[in-house]
Amino acid sequence: MIKVLFFARLREELGIDGLQWPWQAGMTLAELLSQLQGQGEPWASCLAQPNLLTAVNQAIVDSQELLADGDEVAFFPPVTGG
Amino acid sequence: MLQHFQPYDGQSDEYPTGAIVSFSGLVRDFNERPEVTALTLEHYPGMTEKVLHQLLLEAQTRWQLQDALVVHRVGRMLPGDIIVFVAVASSHRKDAFAACEYIMDMLKTRAPFWKKEETDNDSYWVDARESDAEAAAAWLKAHDGHRQ
Repeated sequence: MIKVLFFARLREELGIDGLQWPWQAGMTLAELLSQLQGQGEPWASCLAQPNLLTAVNQAIVDSQELLADGDEVAFFPPVTGG
Repeated sequence: MLQHFQPYDGQSDEYPTGAIVSFSGLVRDFNERPEVTALTLEHYPGMTEKVLHQLLLEAQTRWQLQDALVVHRVGRMLPGDIIVFVAVASSHRKDAFAACEYIMDMLKTRAPFWKKEETDNDSYWVDARESDAEAAAAWLKAHDGHRQ
């Protein structure tokens, strides 16, 4: 399974802070994103935001990142701390 | 998050630190809208600590530092409250100023914090600023990291 987390505006728009998603061998971050978007609205539009950031195991990565079973994947908007 | 690069053991009679620079970031009563009444900071527990620690280590590779500290609050705050505090100790003031600015510029674009502002009748997520992204990018372009 993949542990999926959502933060800030994205968490509010989706109405959920996280979920477990089935892992498949050879799965990339882009494929996970596509499967999540396939759940219809609001997933499709919320996860299509162009400036969305993604982290795997708490490090920012790009969409070609290969996922392993048990990975923690987070989706979030650009950061605004400090 | 505190990183001792040259820990003082209490036994040495050497005093290499010649400069300590600190930065405090406060909640303003204006930002995207004119009358901000409160601010709530959300973060990504776990990743936040990793990124802040990484920023301190990066600063040490660019400048000669004895200590570096970053403290960042989360949760609900009011105007005038301190959100973030960065302090850097170095032998030279230029290194201390530069490292402090570097840590803040990088924190602004890489540390997973998100601000939600409140006014009397509304609340909204603060948008990321292009100027913050440009400030971070400028550091990455500077090969040696020193602004001589």
